[in-house]
Amino acid sequence: MDRNHSHRHLAAMKQSLFDQGLLDEQFIQLEELQDDANPNFVEEIVTLYYRDSSRLISNIDQALKERNSMDFNKLDTLMHQFKGSSSSIGAKKVKAECNLFREYCMAGNAEGCIRSFQQLKKEYAALKKKLEAYFQFARQSGPSETACRPK
Amino acid sequence: MNHSCNGKGSMMSTVVMKSSGEAVSDQFPAGLRVLVVDDDPTCLMILEKMLRTCLYEVTKCNRAEKALTLLRERKNGFDIVISDVHMPDMDGFKLLEHIGLEMDLPVIMMSADDGKNVVLKGVTHGACDYLIKPVRIEALKNIWQHVVRKRKNEWKDTEQSGSAEEGGDRQPRPSDDADYSSSANEGSWRNSKKRRDDEEEGDERDDSSTLKKPRVVWSVELHQQFVAAVDQLGIDKAVPKKILELMNVPGLTRENVASHLQKYRLYLRRLSGVSQHPNNLNNSFLGTQDASFGTISSINGIDLQTLAVAGQLPAQSLATLQAAGLGRSNTKAGVHMPLMDQRNLFSFENPRLRFGEGQQHHLSNSKPMNLLHGIPTNMEPKQLANLHQPTQSLGNLNMRVNGPASQNNPLLMQMTQSQPRGQMLSENNAPRVSRLPNPLGQPNVSNGISDGLLGRNGIAGSNRPPAYNPVPQNSSLFNFPMNQTTDMSINSFPLGSTPGISSVTSKGSFQDEVTSGIKGSVGFPSYDIFNELHHQKTQDWEVTNTGLTYDSSRHANPLQGGNFDVPPSVLVHQGFSSNQQSGQSRDHSLNGKAIFSMGEGLERGNFQNAGQHLNNLLVDNSIRVKTERIPDASSQTNLFPEHYGQEDLMSALFKQEGIGPSENEFDFDGYSLDNIPV
Repeated sequence: MDRNHSHRHLAAMKQSLFDQGLLDEQFIQLEELQDDANPNFVEEIVTLYYRDSSRLISNIDQALKERNSMDFNKLDTLMHQFKGSSSSIGAKKVKAECNLFREYCMAGNAEGCIRSFQQLKKEYAALKKKLEAYFQFARQSGPSETACRPK
Repeated sequence: MNHSCNGKGSMMSTVVMKSSGEAVSDQFPAGLRVLVVDDDPTCLMILEKMLRTCLYEVTKCNRAEKALTLLRERKNGFDIVISDVHMPDMDGFKLLEHIGLEMDLPVIMMSADDGKNVVLKGVTHGACDYLIKPVRIEALKNIWQHVVRKRKNEWKDTEQSGSAEEGGDRQPRPSDDADYSSSANEGSWRNSKKRRDDEEEGDERDDSSTLKKPRVVWSVELHQQFVAAVDQLGIDKAVPKKILELMNVPGLTRENVASHLQKYRLYLRRLSGVSQHPNNLNNSFLGTQDASFGTISSINGIDLQTLAVAGQLPAQSLATLQAAGLGRSNTKAGVHMPLMDQRNLFSFENPRLRFGEGQQHHLSNSKPMNLLHGIPTNMEPKQLANLHQPTQSLGNLNMRVNGPASQNNPLLMQMTQSQPRGQMLSENNAPRVSRLPNPLGQPNVSNGISDGLLGRNGIAGSNRPPAYNPVPQNSSLFNFPMNQTTDMSINSFPLGSTPGISSVTSKGSFQDEVTSGIKGSVGFPSYDIFNELHHQKTQDWEVTNTGLTYDSSRHANPLQGGNFDVPPSVLVHQGFSSNQQSGQSRDHSLNGKAIFSMGEGLERGNFQNAGQHLNNLLVDNSIRVKTERIPDASSQTNLFPEHYGQEDLMSALFKQEGIGPSENEFDFDGYSLDNIPV
């Protein structure tokens, strides 16, 4: 059946996200919260996350521009927020990058901060793409409906 | 609002209006009214969904100021608050303090930051729990326990105050407590009865309703009257009884005053020297008040505060202690200075009259548990480890981390020294450990004794480093006698007598510890140990407190084992080896005729280990600590009745000394908890 097939495929997609270390247990927690009352809860949360965190990202970018007088405290604070957000959706790799960034911050290593932030943004964007694909597929698969997708 | 008489199995079929009143419906914890504050919209939404899934009634808020407004508008409209630590408009800890003072609701802090210091800060500020983000739903499922606990404490306080008919009339708290606290209630009854007998102050048998006492809200005028009375008496001599008399406010009970006094003292301490509270933090709400608040607290170092909090060491004592370091006059000055400011601080807008138990608790909670300041943090790591439960309930905050002793507290410093030795939270007991066993309870006594004890046992002192007990329960425990004794101790507190501090702290900490002890245990539900004790739920406690288990063998954790939250003071007193753990306090009471309600509260059977240890240790009857008879405060060990002479304590301590840590190992044959003369 197509539905089964697509569900299996969806499951495989998700599994690969976990296998690649992009997502962690927290994501499953979110999925468990999803119910009939909020059938797209996870997607909504992730969307909210990306929208809100983009603001943080640009703030950090801005702060990193001051190469000569980098305000590490401020950066750390911003990154702390970002980390909190990211961890709440289960973005494992992004969270790891956040930790790395904070270490550089604490060490006062401006270059390190800049580099690690570049990496962080990459991970962040990669995850976004993958999750978007995942949700799109999920919607198409119609988890709760018995939609029979024509081949 | 809703009156549903559910015949649901449970006994109480009363459903109290959800929006007001304190009773809960039969479906408790479903319907728990939670206010969640977090500036991160993603987290906020997730939390809301999780809480809804737990069947709680959720209100979310993304700004602290908004949250406070909401809380003020809807008095009694919420049961518990969950707040993030880092917020743009106001520091989470500040919010925590405000809530504690104004509404006295249990507050859970959360953060992605799991650093020990932050968690400790949460404890010292009185958070009843601390969750690490990302928060899992499992962690939220149990938050109702904090509500219950707090209510229980308030209830207990009420009882403590000496309701005449407590024994008989006392009805178990309806609804929420019904199920799980039936045994506790009995225990409490028993304890309160005993306490009543033993209470030094028999006067306060107000006839406070046995059940939930209406919360007294300290309005501006009321607080001003209070402060005036305190000023008149002198911060050192301000005992609740006298303050009550001076205030002459009908309907106000001694407990109310006592708990408010405790909070007040904590505030003073904070003002005088809590370095951790930068002034700027204070500015958010109270405006000028904050400023003054911050400055003052920084003076006194946190240790005292913690002590105060934990052991309900009256602010005065703390102040005194500090003064010891600085010279008495200074303290006083410091103390008085904030008085004015304090007024401001207290001039909340809530017209609500709240009877103070809750507040008191809160105070203790909110006050930083810096008791352990200065106590080497060796414990911490362990504690943390212990504390670190999978559910991130650092909130259990048993961590009484002994932060670096802050200023002026020579006493505390000393304590810390001894602390590392053994107990400090080394093990799960984290919460308890920090408490300095304060068998002496009173600072006075401990001075000499604690030193000795600490020195000797090494553990004794360390057993209970001043516990940071945010747990309100502690405050209740010490509610009574504490005030008194502390007052006394303050006076006699020798300058710079470190031991005193220890003892003092321990006293306070006992409670904290006790509760925390239980809480601290790794992984177990953060029931306040105290509660457990009081309610003689030791069994539960034991079971749950695997971490806390009273390991006689484990010296390090005086607080160990949830056996009993033997008030730290007891521990010290007894010179207990680190194992002093709550058991000590219990024994203490037993032996020393101390009125450690612990004995009573703690199920004799359960605490066998602890009790025995304590018993042995407490053998000394000389230690009659008539410590407050806080209900079930058994752990509290009524450590030091007002008149506890130093000599008594000294002798007690010395005697105890004989009992080395090894004692802990064995069961005290001679003393079973049952024998504890209470």
